[in-house]
Amino acid sequence: MMLRLAAALILFALPVRADVQIQDVTSPGGIHAWLVESHELPFTALEIRFRGGTSLDAEGARGAVNLMTGLLEEGAGALDAQGFARARDGLAASFSFRPSTDAVAVSARFLTENRDEAVDLLRLALVEPRFDADAIDRVRGQVLSGLASDAKDPSHISGQVFDAQAFGDHPYGSDGSGTPESVQGLTREQVVAAHRAALARDRIYVAAAGDIDAESLGLLLDRLLGDLPAQGAPMPPRAEWKLDGGVTVVDFPTPQASVRFGQTGIKRDDPDFFPAYVLNEILGGGRFGSRLMTEVREKRGLTYGIGSYLLPMDHAETMMGAFASSNATVGQAIDLVREEWRRTAAEGVTAEELEATKTYLTGSYPLRFDGNGPIASILVGMQMEGLPIDYPVTRNEKIEAVTLEDVKRVAQGLLKPEALHFVVVGQPEGVASDG
Amino acid sequence: MLRRLALSAATGLMLALPALAETVSDFRLSNGLGVVVIEDPRAPVVTHMVWYRVGAADEPPGHSGIAHFLEHLMFKGTDEMSAGEFSATVEAQGGDDNAFTSWDYTAYFQRIAADRLDLMMKMEADRMRDLQMTEEDVRTERQVVLEERSQRTDSDPGAVFSEQSRAAAYLNHPYGIPIIGWRHEIEQLGREDAFSFYRTYYAPNNAILVVAGDVDPAEVRRMAEEHYGALEPTPNLPERLRPQEPPQLAERRLTFSDPRVAQPYVSRSYLAATRETGAQEKAAALTILAELLGGSPTTSLLSRELQFGPQPKAVWAQAYYDGGGLDSGTFGLAVVPAAGVSLQEAEDAMDAVVARFLKEGPDAEDFERIKTQLGAQDIYSRDNVDGLARRYGAALTTGLTVADVQAWPEVLQAVTPDEVMAAARDLFDRRRAVTGWLMQEDEEKSQ
Repeated sequence: MMLRLAAALILFALPVRADVQIQDVTSPGGIHAWLVESHELPFTALEIRFRGGTSLDAEGARGAVNLMTGLLEEGAGALDAQGFARARDGLAASFSFRPSTDAVAVSARFLTENRDEAVDLLRLALVEPRFDADAIDRVRGQVLSGLASDAKDPSHISGQVFDAQAFGDHPYGSDGSGTPESVQGLTREQVVAAHRAALARDRIYVAAAGDIDAESLGLLLDRLLGDLPAQGAPMPPRAEWKLDGGVTVVDFPTPQASVRFGQTGIKRDDPDFFPAYVLNEILGGGRFGSRLMTEVREKRGLTYGIGSYLLPMDHAETMMGAFASSNATVGQAIDLVREEWRRTAAEGVTAEELEATKTYLTGSYPLRFDGNGPIASILVGMQMEGLPIDYPVTRNEKIEAVTLEDVKRVAQGLLKPEALHFVVVGQPEGVASDG
Repeated sequence: MLRRLALSAATGLMLALPALAETVSDFRLSNGLGVVVIEDPRAPVVTHMVWYRVGAADEPPGHSGIAHFLEHLMFKGTDEMSAGEFSATVEAQGGDDNAFTSWDYTAYFQRIAADRLDLMMKMEADRMRDLQMTEEDVRTERQVVLEERSQRTDSDPGAVFSEQSRAAAYLNHPYGIPIIGWRHEIEQLGREDAFSFYRTYYAPNNAILVVAGDVDPAEVRRMAEEHYGALEPTPNLPERLRPQEPPQLAERRLTFSDPRVAQPYVSRSYLAATRETGAQEKAAALTILAELLGGSPTTSLLSRELQFGPQPKAVWAQAYYDGGGLDSGTFGLAVVPAAGVSLQEAEDAMDAVVARFLKEGPDAEDFERIKTQLGAQDIYSRDNVDGLARRYGAALTTGLTVADVQAWPEVLQAVTPDEVMAAARDLFDRRRAVTGWLMQEDEEKSQ
């Protein structure tokens, strides 16, 4: 096996790209940001996060933050939706506004040659959105169309049913886009209130990468964000996990059942997070060679893909997974997942699996830093997670430090085969809801 | 902007700005392997891709899906590596690998630290000629592909509708056959089908190597000679002559209804010109036409006319153009009607917008704004060296050259409103189009 030998001789750890220098920038007005300067291409990628997201919806206004976010670029200041889009496209800038469970994300790319105009335009969208009645109706129609499609998408249904059972009345238990009824009933006042609640200076995280220096970035941030209200809505409470182990079948006419499975997870700042991360990678990392992929796809051909992941959110932690398998075979696949969960909890992992996974995780980490867009996005995510600015340099050491014993201990504590719950959307043969 | 409906969209615009032309070199090995090197020293990463000039449209009749099935089987073993060892080795080096199949090409790639390029070439060269697989491998992987088809197509009425529409768009060309294959034919694919396809088409004289990232072209040439240089070409490689379309003389219309459809829509797709080497002007005009009619979800003509105003007819309206095919391109229109608007009304409104455009021509300001955007797109696209590698690989397996790729941005910028109108008049002929209605189950009775 010549090739294998050649592979083993190559060192596996890569230094993080030498010229990634992360600067800690504080604007004159007090806004913090992380910056990686890179002047090869004449544009800047800017990433902003407002913590809270759709979980900040007020009582009786489910979907308001989502609808509000969709309206930010549909008219602002003196510009209506058409005028705003023409101005943005004329500058060749690109803005995106995306709501999620824990944050409203803003991504912007703009050219150096018209940076000031692009930032002024983005400021209008964030600070002075118009929320015109016709725009509200138009975007509401788009949200309702999306909800109607989701309601007939087995993969979406499995996620929604799982969340509802796991988190009940907490915002994590329902779709942040709202229900057709709640969205239909949203008023302009509720949208305006959602804007004040979600986009405030007390919850901002910023990262930039590209053709801009620290001083210019500081001035830019004050102009862009300085006029937002100082304080937004309070964060929701912790979400209590309400789900026991078992199976829930949702009858749906489809040849292939869609499955979501999960249990409680682990906090991002838990000292055992890294062993847990490595453990999940071995058990269900979405790559070839993970235990779930090997058993369910490679050996038996029961699915096109299966994976599991740790999801440490702001108010709850879960460990989730998903796959799809024909109605005739989904029962067998579920049994295999349970068995791998049980076996891994009982026995831990092998030294070979641990080594191969560590080399993959440490070797692939630096490859993520390959462009202004990806770098800005990674840096803003790090800040949201409360990680220190030197994290990219120390992260691989933390992976390296994980021992076989760590993984075994964490596997025993974290993996709960009897608590694993499966939601199956389809017409599975020989699988029924329990209790 | 929230949620655009995923219609059968184009494969993406291909743009580059001459002022920033990337450092690209290309050469050919004596066994026929074409090589393209794209230098980007910003990060110590390399993308290594091998593109074969063979895809789903080159399959023998009755064996649909074999190109894609073979792509899966390429991750089994060779005379030097066991099944699964290829990906395991890439991952043990901290890299990622995968592959994809289209109608015109099949490509394999790894993304990895730049100093591991030599090993990637060694492994990829190994599996170009020395693939091995057992009957058991083939049986299991066929199940995986059937599950893939269930997941991607059969579970999604929009995907089934799009597959049926495409089949109706071609009277004779195999572009009408789905890449993944028809289920009844996938079920019959065997080890010999895969091997025979592999032995003929997987050869240096039918492949393009694309290396992009922090690399030195001279080093790449040395490594390519060492690993790929000794591979035997396929003698008498079949010429790439697929059955071509006869004149299309009759408009085709279809309806598809399914209880799982939540959001009905109407789609229309016309056969269109493709980019041809040294003659990309018409494709460039069609690219701008698609942007004018339905590129931006706010300011394009279809969006403006159908989504705005006091009684909007549509939730979404869009146009797209795919000029990347070897034999034929596609120009599409789609409208998702607003609540209470029938598919017939939506289609009529869409046609009215096109008819008015043919009469009045493009707005000068729209025309300029789109050109500005197309130019700037290039600066942004350069942030992604993977994307550049794919741009060259796709072009070189569909009859274009490095020079064509590099000329494309200038060709786009040179397009005149008259050329767009000429392309539009040529294009909008319903005899060369398929119109489809995706419907809810009960809708068919009422309409």
